[in-house]
Parts: sequence; C-alpha cells; structure tokens
Amino acid sequence: MAATPIQLDEHGRLRHFLTIENLPRELLVEILDHAERFTVVGDRAVKKVPLLRGRTVVNLFFEPSTRTRTTFELAAKRLSADVMNLNIEASATRKGESLSDTLRTLEAMDTDMFVVRHQDSGAPEFIARQVAPGVSVINAGDGRHAHPTQAMLDVFTIRRHKPAFEDLRVAIVGDITHSRVARSEIHALKILGVPDIRVVGPKTLLPTAIESLGVGVFHDLDEGIAGVDVVIMLRLQQERMQSALLPSGHEYFHTYGLTPARLKRAARDAIVMHPGPINRGVEIDSAVADGHQSVILQQVTHGIAVRMAVMSMVLGSHAQAA
Amino acid sequence: MKIRIRGGRVIDPANGVDAETDVYIDGERIVALGRKPPRFTAARDIDAGGRIVCPGFVDLAAHLREPGYEHKATIASELGAAAAGGFTTVCCTPDTAPVVDTPAVVELIHQRARGVRGARVRCIGALTHGLGGEVLAEMQALKNIGCVAVSNVGRPIRDTNVLRNALAYASTLGLTVLLEAEDPWLGARGVMHEGATSTRIGLAGIPAAAETIGLARDLVLLGETGARAHFRTLSCAQAVSYLRDARKRGLHVSADVGIAHLHLVDEDIANHDAHYHVRPPLRSTRDRDALRRALARRQLDALTAHHQPHDADAKAGPFGASAPGISGFDTFLPLALELVEAGAIELAALVDACAVAPARILDLPAGTLGLGAVADVCVFDPAACWTASPATLLSQGHNTPFMGRELRGRVTHTIVGGRLVHALDD
Repeated sequence: MAATPIQLDEHGRLRHFLTIENLPRELLVEILDHAERFTVVGDRAVKKVPLLRGRTVVNLFFEPSTRTRTTFELAAKRLSADVMNLNIEASATRKGESLSDTLRTLEAMDTDMFVVRHQDSGAPEFIARQVAPGVSVINAGDGRHAHPTQAMLDVFTIRRHKPAFEDLRVAIVGDITHSRVARSEIHALKILGVPDIRVVGPKTLLPTAIESLGVGVFHDLDEGIAGVDVVIMLRLQQERMQSALLPSGHEYFHTYGLTPARLKRAARDAIVMHPGPINRGVEIDSAVADGHQSVILQQVTHGIAVRMAVMSMVLGSHAQAA
Repeated sequence: MKIRIRGGRVIDPANGVDAETDVYIDGERIVALGRKPPRFTAARDIDAGGRIVCPGFVDLAAHLREPGYEHKATIASELGAAAAGGFTTVCCTPDTAPVVDTPAVVELIHQRARGVRGARVRCIGALTHGLGGEVLAEMQALKNIGCVAVSNVGRPIRDTNVLRNALAYASTLGLTVLLEAEDPWLGARGVMHEGATSTRIGLAGIPAAAETIGLARDLVLLGETGARAHFRTLSCAQAVSYLRDARKRGLHVSADVGIAHLHLVDEDIANHDAHYHVRPPLRSTRDRDALRRALARRQLDALTAHHQPHDADAKAGPFGASAPGISGFDTFLPLALELVEAGAIELAALVDACAVAPARILDLPAGTLGLGAVADVCVFDPAACWTASPATLLSQGHNTPFMGRELRGRVTHTIVGGRLVHALDD
C-alpha cells in the first residue's frame, strides 16, 4: 500500500519527511509540540539554537518558490546549519543531466539533508531511496502528491486557535485536483482526529473519488462552509483557465471566492487560512484576507518553527543512531 | 535435423489434441505425432516427461528497439529472450529510428535477425509516414517486402479523416491494421488510471473513457471502411463490451490483452514506482477481472507480452517523468500459468490465446503442431521454480515490476522452423 516505510527508522523515528499519509498520530503531535518550543526562538534577540551546528542542508528546488524556500532556509539557519540554495529548474536538468546524477554530485559535497521541491509526484521519495544512509530528505512539495511541512504548519496554526481537533469542522476550498497542500492537509487532519473535513469546489477541480480519502464533497460554497471552524482557501493558478477547467477568475470569485458576507456562514469564531501566495479578488476578498479572522500571516511565522521541528527531529534521529 | 520430443503432454488446440505423445520433426516441419515414422532416427531426443509441448507462442507487437534505440535493446537480444520465453514468432513494431515506413528499414531488420539464435521476426509497417499521422505510408511497398500488418503504434492518429483514409487504403491492399484505442485529448496529460489511487498519490489520471471513446471512434470507421483491424492491449471492462457489440454487428475485429494487465492494478503503484508505468495504464481490480474473464471466454482473442524493454535511465526517475513500458518476454509464461493455477483460464485456452489466435489474426503459418506444419514448438516445465533477477532475465531491458518475484513455469526448449534455438538444460 501507500505506506512509505522508508521515512521511519527501525525505532519509528523520522528519518525522512516525505508524506503525512500513514504516519502515527503521536509523531504528528510530537512535531507540533516540538514546533511549539521553537516558536520562542524567533522572539529572542539572538534567534539561534545550536542543534544543527556543522550540518549542511541543501535546498534543492526544481520548481520556483519564494515562501517555502525562504522559510526552510531561515529554519535551517536558526538551527545553526550551513545552508545552500540550488534552483535547478533552469540549470542542470535542462542540460540533460539526470536527477540521479545531480544528486550524486551534491552528495559528494557531504550534504546531511536535502529539502526537495519537484514538479513530479514521487520525486522526493525517489531521491530518498537513492541517498546514502546518513542523508535525509524533506519533501517541500512534489507535483500534486504531498506538501507535508505546509500541512503541519497549517494544523499547528489550527491547534493554536482550536486545540480540540475532535470537535472541529474544516473546509478546504478551491482547486483540490492539483493541490498537494490539500492532500497533505486531509491526511494530517484525519490522523489528528478531525471528524468533519470538507472539500468545496466545482467538479472540474475535485479529483475522481476524492471521497475515498474520507472527506465530504460540496460544490456550493455557502453549504460547504456552513458552520465550519476553519476555512482553508487554496490558490487558483492562472493556467486552470487555459486548460478549460474554469471560464474566468471573475466567475470563480463570484462562485467560490470568500467574501465577508459568505464568511458569515461559517462559525462566528472561524479562522481563515491560505497557504499563499494569495490572489486577491480571485479566491479571496481583501477584506477577508486582511480581516480579524485571517491567520494567514501567522501561518508563515509558524512555518519556520514547524520546519525547525521537522529538521531537528530528522537529523536527531541520525545523531542517536550513529 | 531430426528431432523427437518424447513423452510430453502435447497441447495443440488447432488440431484438438491434448494427450501424452511424441512429436517428430524432420527438417523444418512436423512429420508425425504419436507413431514414429519409418526409418526415423532422431539426432536430438528431447525428454519432455512431465512437461507441456505446444505450438510456439506468437507475439503480435513487441518493441525490439533496433534500429535506433540499441541502448534499450537489440534485435538479437530480444529475439533470444523471446525464444527463451517460448515465443517462436515476434512481430516487431515500426516505432524505431528510422521508422519502419520504407522497404529499406524492413530489409535492415531482416538482415539483423538473420543468424540470430532466437525467435523469427516479422515486421509491422507504419500506417503513416514517419508515424506522423498526416501522410499515408507506402503500404503496398511495405506489404511486398513482407510486413504482416500496419500500425501507427504509440501515436494514435488524431485526425479522424486521415485515420479513415488510412483504414480504407490498408483495406484496399488487404492489410490488417493494428490499432491502439486512445482518445488523444483525454489521455494527453495522464500517466496512470484515473481513480481513487491517482487521486491519493497525486498523479494525473487517464480516464477509462480515453480508451472507450478511442475504441468507439475506430469501430465506427472500421464499419465504414470495411478494414480488418486488431486492437492492441485493451485495458478496461467497458472496452470489452464495446468490442462484443461490434462483433455482433458483423465487424471483423480482434483484440489482445497484455499479460501485466491481467495481474496488476492501479493500487499496485505503491511509492510511485516507475516500473508500474505502462500505457494503457494498469486499471482497477474490476477491469482486471473483466479482462481475465474475457480472455477465458475468448472474447479477447490473444494474450501478448506487451514487450517494451527500456534502459535503466528511462525508469530512473519519478513515475510521471519515466518512459512507459514493461519488459515482458522473460516473465510471460510463468505469469500466464498463474492464471491457469488461479482457475482463471484453462491451459488449452491459454495456448490458444498465446499461439493459435495471434497466428490466425495475422494469417501467419504458425500456431499449430499439425502434420506438415512448420515446426515452431515450445516445451515447458510447468513446475520449475525460478526467480526473476538481473541474472535470470535475458531481455536487455530489466524494466519489470516482477523483478525479484518467485515464478513457477519455465520454457525448457524452443524450436523455430525445426531448429532448436533454446535449450535450458544445455
């Protein structure tokens, strides 16, 4: 099945972080608790802890990213690691170098950890199966498959506002088909015991048999967010209009855009989230994005703490094994 | 050379034979079954006790990769692997570089196959020039040089008008057209079966409708043009029922299924393993079971290896970025016998699907152990156990999801035109 046994070592500790699917609940809680301790680091005058001193982290980005790459970089630096950023999208692979060759070259530089973003689903796991025993891989987003650190920072943000997962209602709105964030969020919320998870969108943006992941399916935004405690809005990519999945951004906003009026349908104290970067006036109204229910910027801040937690846990498991 | 195959269970569906008996070969032909012909002294005596003796298998469309892709496989390597897998005739696809759209390329392939200790090769010519889907290939010339069929393999023709004309022209020449049912738009972005698994692991799906719509389109044009066609590797349940309906309407069509599609399903694509990447994609369990039933009921005519050898690099990457295809010759027989073991098909029907039906589909003088027939024979031990490993696979392509699997059933001898080209005990 889809279990990814390679992400855990023989003691059940995190060795790679590739997908949320099939991870034990305790491990997710451990990441969240860990991240909680790291949040205070950002408030100090000297924002550093020496946990990864002398370790080398390579951000291997085959697809452009600003936010995710920057927060990974910051997280690694706050852990005192040496960080190298490699944007491969324009260089090596275009010259015909294979993924394995790129990897071997980088490994020869004594890297301890690869943070990988790739346009193909499964690429980080492919890399994880190739690296030397002491090297870890963290998935920073692969194709439509998974974005596990984003999902963890989202549930971290949710927990800070709504700690009782077992009573929660969460709606994820927008392009589920192409979203690795949505897939990882669904797994994380399920594992943490959220009983009511909904996906909301037109049929063109909801993948076949999505209900098999244990979510409720809604095509009407008002119905989908009725009474929910958390609304997660997804970014709508411009290219969806070119592939005939939607007529226009204008019509999308009219049908699925989150406005203050529509948000009233959710629970009174509902929070609004977005993995960013946001398209104002396409999936979300500025009044909502900047409003008092929005926790979008907190998500970014939490992203650093969560990534610090994951990185230290992953490299810690090696330290103990060695 | 005179060969006697002694004491095996002879299964020859074309002649209604299923009995323990001896087979006598003289020169390139079968000269007797059962009783020894007068003055026959075997130069080679094959003890087939406990083994099955049947007509050699015929593969309708294998990718041999030569000319042009010798880093993946060569004619010599694959014809050898085919013989070791029980195949005596292999029809090779025209998607080489250059494409098989001129007599010169056919001659080159024939020349390369000459002297190879392995299966016999027959060429499938291109349906359109360069497989471009725009200009018709010189099919008469291809037929004259010995092509047994024409096909636009791997690149289904988008333009319906071109396809209609291509079918009509092939029909004029009496050439069978090998078709792959796939709607070019629905299938364009996908890499695996669209369903709960593609949703879960985040790979773009190919809906079953891509196959049924492609099939429906092609069947309409076959009805109009009267062309004789064979559908290669159908993958979904619905396609089987479309095919059945078309035959009821009197259409002259046949179809095959690839061995992997009878064993694997989309749920097996664990961890995005590129070795499961094949086109048409591995579909649902329901589809697989329907394909098995259709083969047993002989609604699907032939079973093929769907042999597509690749170099290691072609599979060294994420699923979606890898080249589709499974190297099929080596594991074909044991996987087919597993179907018999599972009660999915009778052994005689299996031999029919692997040898008799494919020969009939392309009018090849094969698939029979009848008196005077060309001696294309396969002898196999149904109980022999072995493991698929880089050391045991003879195909140059080691791209198979069955690597490491314990297999039961192995070809011990293969005779092509009276010549012993494979003998395991030697």
